[in-house]
Amino acid sequence: MSSLSLALRDSSTMLRRNLLHARRYPSLTLNLLLTPVMLLLLFAYIFGDTMSAGIGGGDADRSEYLAYLVPGILMLTIGGTTIGSAVSVAMDMNEGIIARFRTLAIHRGSVLIGHVLGSVLQCVASAVLVGAVAVAIGFRTTDASVQEWILAVGLLTLVSLALTWIAVGMGMVSPNAEAAGNNAMPLMILPLLSSAFVPVDAMPGWFQPIAEYQPFTPAIETLRGLLLGTGIGHNGWLAVIWCVGLAVLGYLWSTSLFHRDPK
Amino acid sequence: MPSSVMSTSTRDHSSPAAVSAVGLRKSYGDKTVLDGIDLRIPAGSVFALLGPNGAGKTTAVKILSTLITADGGQAQVAGHDLATHSQAVRAAIGVTGQFSAVDGLITGEENMLLMADLHHLPKREGRQAAAELLDRFDLTEAAKKPASTYSGGMKRRLDIAMTLVGNPRIIFLDEPTTGLDPRSRHNMWQIIRELVSGGVTAFLTTQYLEEADQLADRIAVLNDGRIAAEGTAEELKRLIPGGHVRLRFTDPAAYRSAASALREVTRDDEALALHIPSGGSQRELRAILDWLDSAGIEADVLTVHTPDLDDVFFALTGPAGTAHQPNQPNQPNQPNQPNQPQENAR
Repeated sequence: MSSLSLALRDSSTMLRRNLLHARRYPSLTLNLLLTPVMLLLLFAYIFGDTMSAGIGGGDADRSEYLAYLVPGILMLTIGGTTIGSAVSVAMDMNEGIIARFRTLAIHRGSVLIGHVLGSVLQCVASAVLVGAVAVAIGFRTTDASVQEWILAVGLLTLVSLALTWIAVGMGMVSPNAEAAGNNAMPLMILPLLSSAFVPVDAMPGWFQPIAEYQPFTPAIETLRGLLLGTGIGHNGWLAVIWCVGLAVLGYLWSTSLFHRDPK
Repeated sequence: MPSSVMSTSTRDHSSPAAVSAVGLRKSYGDKTVLDGIDLRIPAGSVFALLGPNGAGKTTAVKILSTLITADGGQAQVAGHDLATHSQAVRAAIGVTGQFSAVDGLITGEENMLLMADLHHLPKREGRQAAAELLDRFDLTEAAKKPASTYSGGMKRRLDIAMTLVGNPRIIFLDEPTTGLDPRSRHNMWQIIRELVSGGVTAFLTTQYLEEADQLADRIAVLNDGRIAAEGTAEELKRLIPGGHVRLRFTDPAAYRSAASALREVTRDDEALALHIPSGGSQRELRAILDWLDSAGIEADVLTVHTPDLDDVFFALTGPAGTAHQPNQPNQPNQPNQPNQPQENAR
């Protein structure tokens, strides 16, 4: 068997294993959906009037703020879901079965690739579920073309891939599930500090660089542009560069941790 | 501390080695776990690595099963170099570690099918292998239940069943019966014997002397990162002094006259038995027989007792290098001592 077909076959076996875990024990994934849905409802219904007055110059209504809010919530959903990946990788690495996998003549990276593919699928599924809640409470895209929809899904997938590889690395360095949950917390906190809820130029001056120079803001601005027709500008390229950079970094980090001798 | 390997027999060079190692070393920080071990295990045999906790047994298994890399030394497993052809080694071996290596979140059957997939068996063949092994290990009934709900013995059986998917030629079993009840332990021995009769080579570690005695063709006693002794169970038992020849009589009068004729013997008046110290070698036996003949003594039963593995174990793995000085409570001159598996000294 060639090494590519070995990699594909073993990774898909590992993916099936991870999807089986997710299907058998959906509570971890579903719990992680609570935060984005809660934030969506909180900002749309409780803070919505004030927020829309703030961003629209006085005459915006709640549905306009909902439209502003949803792309950020979708990215936050992905960030939150990858925390679950960090936790499940940390749990898995403590299982004896990983030692067994290491002594099998399988593709070395397949254990982690299986985790990553499973997590990306879960991230996209979570984003779809949260998106459905958003649509149910009145979110509508603004004349997004088929091409823009495809790009939007592609962007969500790319962000999922990038954040998952980072999360897997965080899971690998964590001694247990609790530590992994804490270590991966920035993946949920960063979107809170981005342009998800208010535009960057509405923030205090000292804070603007923090919101500007982080991966979530360009990704959110790009998604906003694709779904709502707002200007994307250089954010599209920035988002892609951030994602590819994080994915490569996370991949190299995680695999080098995996190739180390286990304790 | 024994500084060199005591090899008591000429090694069998006729059959190809399933596992061979020269000078394997491993240390963690400044703690040396393996301090240069040499091994040669002929294909189709059972090899037991015996030693107290912390002797380095698990580290040896981890190195030979490609889980960790050695700091020094060379090893070949199934004819492939461990360092340069680890994938080829992995393709030939099956490993059951000391701790359960089953996926607790999925069912026993799913665990087996996972292994079949990872061995790249065709779907039908994989299903068949999984079903057969589940049946053989008495797990068919529990096959659809999550492995996390299994008892310790069931998990262990599933563990071994998973190891056997893909028919490995060499299996590593790190303390395969630790934590099993006596029946499960005997079943496990039976399974290992069956595998070996089918040509499989088994490398097992154990703390149970009885287990090594029962199963292993060759035994190495590992102590403090070095092999203190290696050989068959019989050879090891002969390594330490303290064996005896036991003469039993049925006629009290014959017993008494023999006891008075032979001076340097231990008497066991109740059993009408005399114990003559002897290492059990052919030469010593002949000397004893000649002596008995010249004294005109004819015992009804003559048996040769060698020290059991417990004595060897304690002698070789004593805390402060007490090799060759069996000063443990298990004095070899006491016959019929219980040969139970026992937790050894830490």
